[in-house]
Amino acid sequence: MPTPNPRFLEALQRSFTNYTPHIKALGVEVESIAAEASTLRLPFQAHFIGDVARGRLHTGVITTLVDTACGLAALARVGRPAAVATLDLRVDYLRSAYAGQDLFCRACCYRLTSTIAFLRASVWQETDVIIAESMGAFVITELPQRKATA
Amino acid sequence: MSTALADARLKAKAIGDCTAIIALLPYAQWLGVEMRLLSTEPQFNLPFKPLLMGNPTLPAIHGGVTATFMETAAILHLGFILDETRMPKSIDFSVDYLRSAACVESFAACTVSRLGRRVAQVQIRCWQEDSERPVAVARAHFLLTADVE
Repeated sequence: MPTPNPRFLEALQRSFTNYTPHIKALGVEVESIAAEASTLRLPFQAHFIGDVARGRLHTGVITTLVDTACGLAALARVGRPAAVATLDLRVDYLRSAYAGQDLFCRACCYRLTSTIAFLRASVWQETDVIIAESMGAFVITELPQRKATA
Repeated sequence: MSTALADARLKAKAIGDCTAIIALLPYAQWLGVEMRLLSTEPQFNLPFKPLLMGNPTLPAIHGGVTATFMETAAILHLGFILDETRMPKSIDFSVDYLRSAACVESFAACTVSRLGRRVAQVQIRCWQEDSERPVAVARAHFLLTADVE
């Protein structure tokens, strides 16, 4: 695995959550970022609830966090500015996600070709019990040459 | 047995007002998901607003928003057509993105392809301006008798 430019990873960590309006609105935070794996945290908000009767989070919140973490992990693995688009994503909801607890997602790019990134991701809450597992494929497109900002 | 879902379903069927069903899913309400009945079939729409945006350069709607919209459509579809007292519970969800979703209104419709006593399989199509050119297709499994953890 090539060592990515550490300055790119630092810039990515600084700008990632601000660049995307939806991610900023959700309040996603970058916990860690590296070529091997990246982790995001999503602090709980009351409107994340998807089942009022049971007090559970909407599974879409999990899917969005997984998609975002995978995109970040793919970019960190590529190691330079690029466009990352989700091709497909599958999420298994192993356990309920509880209202009142933050969500964490660790995504790992386990294979990168010149065009495609293959990713796995795991989601948990305050205990380390995994509540969702996911796999996805992402398309990587080189950006036209310009000033290298993340 | 009267539950919030049963009451909301009755209201939707009686006067076609689906706001009470959507209100059972605060996250869907926050995104702005709407539901209407075309004859008796539910159809879903998601008006665009800036906070749904993923890539601001393209610009495009965040893939997670499209996925959530489709999952929500499937949950509400089952909640509406079945006679359950609780919303169905997601088992898994798989989405294929066919083209990037522009910053305009999105639509979704569902087909229930398996309806067992405990498990349902739903296929979901999401499109924007041209219903012949879906932006994403997805499938999901749901647990129907989900009162036991």
